[in-house]
Amino acid sequence: MAILVNADTKVLIQGMTGRAGTFYADQTMRYGTNVVAGVRPGRGATRHLGLPIYDTVKDAVRETGANASLVIVPAPKAADAIIEAIEAGIGTIVCVTERVPQHDMGRVKRALQGSKTVLIGPNSQGILTPGQCKIGVMPTKDATAGGVGIVSRSASLTSEILARCSAARLGQSTTVGVGGDALHGVGFVECLKLFRDDPETEAVVLIGEIGGREEEKAAEYLCGTDYGKPVIALVVGRHAPEGRRMGHAGTLSVLGALSAEHKISRLKSAGVLVAKNADHVVDTVLTALDRK
Amino acid sequence: MLLSEYKSKELLHQYGLKVPSGRIARTADEAEAACAGILSGSYPGIASKKYAVKAQIAAGGRGLAGGVRFAATPSSVRDEAARMLGRNLVTQQTGPEGETVASVYVEAALDLKAQYFVAFALDLDSGAPMLLASSDGGVEFEQKARMDSDTVHTLVIPDEDRVALTAFLSDLGVDEAAADPILAARRAFLDNDMTLLEINPFAKTAEGDWVAIDAKITLDASAAFRHPEFETMLAEQAIPGVEAEAAKSNINFVKLDGDMGVVVNGAGLGLATNDMIADAGGKAANFMDIRTTATSFDIAKGVELLLKDPKVKVILLNVHGGGMTVCDTVAEGVAFAYSRAERKLPCVARLAGTNADWGLRILKDRKVPAEVVSDMTGAVKRAVALAQGAR
Repeated sequence: MAILVNADTKVLIQGMTGRAGTFYADQTMRYGTNVVAGVRPGRGATRHLGLPIYDTVKDAVRETGANASLVIVPAPKAADAIIEAIEAGIGTIVCVTERVPQHDMGRVKRALQGSKTVLIGPNSQGILTPGQCKIGVMPTKDATAGGVGIVSRSASLTSEILARCSAARLGQSTTVGVGGDALHGVGFVECLKLFRDDPETEAVVLIGEIGGREEEKAAEYLCGTDYGKPVIALVVGRHAPEGRRMGHAGTLSVLGALSAEHKISRLKSAGVLVAKNADHVVDTVLTALDRK
Repeated sequence: MLLSEYKSKELLHQYGLKVPSGRIARTADEAEAACAGILSGSYPGIASKKYAVKAQIAAGGRGLAGGVRFAATPSSVRDEAARMLGRNLVTQQTGPEGETVASVYVEAALDLKAQYFVAFALDLDSGAPMLLASSDGGVEFEQKARMDSDTVHTLVIPDEDRVALTAFLSDLGVDEAAADPILAARRAFLDNDMTLLEINPFAKTAEGDWVAIDAKITLDASAAFRHPEFETMLAEQAIPGVEAEAAKSNINFVKLDGDMGVVVNGAGLGLATNDMIADAGGKAANFMDIRTTATSFDIAKGVELLLKDPKVKVILLNVHGGGMTVCDTVAEGVAFAYSRAERKLPCVARLAGTNADWGLRILKDRKVPAEVVSDMTGAVKRAVALAQGAR
C-alpha cells in the first residue's frame, strides 16, 4: 500500500523529449518507476529512451493504459499540458514546472472541477513511494520504505526531513510535495484523508510554512474528525518579517502573510504535535509512535 | 512585479475607471508646475483646486509613514515635494532600510463622501477571479483587516455577472453605479495577468463619481513571456534595490537586518534555516531561495551581494541538493563569488543530498575559507558563534 502511486502505476511523461524531460525521465526510469510512454506533439510514432512517443495524451492512454502523468513542459505550455491530461482521464498528474502563470492555473483549477484527477503541483518535487514509484524530481538516495507519510510545501526541506527520518529508521509510506505556488492541485487536507485510509501509514508529517491557508485548513479538518493516527507538523518562517514575500509565491496571501504562530496554535488545538524546528521533527515522531 | 501607484492608475484609466487628474514629478519644480495642469484638467482624470503629494515607492504602508501629504496651493505642493524627494521612507513593508523617494505623484485631492476597499485576486479553490470588498476603506484598512478578517467580504465572479455583483454591493451599502467600474477592474485584472489588484480607497466623491484614489497592482512575472509591455512599464517606474538585482539572477532575495549571510536552496529550507539561526541567538542578514533554474553564475551574483554588504560577518551555506539544484552547482557559484571578492568572509558549509561530496571538493580546491560541518544544527550554531566573534 501507499497513497496515489505504487509499483503498478503506469506513468507517461509529457515533455519527455526535451533536455530536462530526458534527464528526469531517465532518472525516474532508473529508480524503477513503470514509465510506459512519452508525449510530445509532432513526435508521434517515434521512440525516445526506448519508449514509444505519442502526439497526444489520449493516444498514449489508449495504447498503453497509462494512469499517471509527469508533466515536464516549459511554463508557457504547462497548463495546456495538464488540462490535456485531465481531459484524457489521467488519475494522478504531477507537474514539476516552476513559474506557471497564475491565471493559467486558474484555468486548470476550473478543468479539475468535476474530474476524478488528482493534480500534484505545479512547482512540486512530485510524489515518491519508496522502492515502488517515483514521479518527480526529488533525490531518492535517502528514501526508505516504512510507515511515515510526508506531505510538504517545500522540496528542499522535505529532502532534509526525509533524510533525518531514514537515519532514525523511520521509513516513508509516500511523500507528496503539494508545490510552492498559491494555486495548486491537492493540498494538505486531501493528502491527510488519503494517508488516513492507508493501512501502511502509521503517522503523518506535515511540513508547512507561512502564508496560504493549507495549515489552517488541515487544522480545521483534524478538529472535526477522529483521525486515529498521530500527525506531526513543522511550520517554518517563525522569524520571517511580516508582509514580505519569502520565495514561494504561496507565502503571501491576499490579506497579508498569516504568521507561523497563528498556524502553529491552530494546529496544536487540533491535536497536532508541532515540532519547534527541523531538529525536533524526528524526536516528535518517535515519541508519538512510542519508539523512544 | 509591483506597479507603482501612478502606473496602476494609468492602466485602470485605460479600462474606463475614473481617477484623479495627476502627474509624476521628479523635482520640486516639476511638482509645482504639475498643479496648473491638474487645475485646468489638461491631464486625464478628475480636476480639483486642491492637491495631494504622494511618494512613489514600491511598497505599501506609505500613508502611515508620512508619504502622503495634502496641499492647498502650488507653492505648498512644492514644499511638500521638496521635503519628500530624496528622503528615505521606512514603512512596514519596505524593510529596515526603507526606500528612497525618487519621484512624487501630484494629483487632484477630491472631496470624498465614502471610502471602500476593493481588490481582485484569484480564488485559490476555484481559480476564478474573486472580488474582495470592505466598507472600511482607507489608510488603516490593512491593519484592521489583519486583525479582523470579518471586515472583508468576498464574491467569486467566474463570469461577468452584473446581477450577482449588484446584490453583493448593495449588502455593503454600495450603490449600483459602482458595478461598472468594478467590472472594468475585473477585465483589467484578467487581461493583464495580475495576481493582485487593490483599489484603496475606492471612493465616492461629493459629486457622486466612483473614483480609484489609490491603486496597487501586482503583475505576474511568470506571465511576462506573453506581455512584452510589462518590461516597458517596469522600466519607466524603475524600482531600485538588491532584491530586484537578485531576482534577475533567478534568486529570491529578501534583505533583513542581521549580520549572517545565508545561502540556501529552496524557500522552505531557507525559512527553516533562518528560524534555527534565530533560535540559536543569531540574526540573518537575508533570506535566500535559489530557484531551481538558477545557474552557478546566478548563485555567484547572490553570494556577491552578501560579500559586498559591510554588515555581513559570516556566510552560512546550507544546501540540501535535490533533483533540480545539486550541491556542485551551488559550490561553483560560491567559489566564483569568493574568487572575485575583496572580502573573503569566513564561511560555514553544510552540504547534503545530491553531489554533496563533489560540492565540498570544489570549495576545498578553490580555496573558499569554508569550515565544513556535516549537520544543519551544528552548522547553524557554528555560524552564529562566528558572527558573535568566536574564532
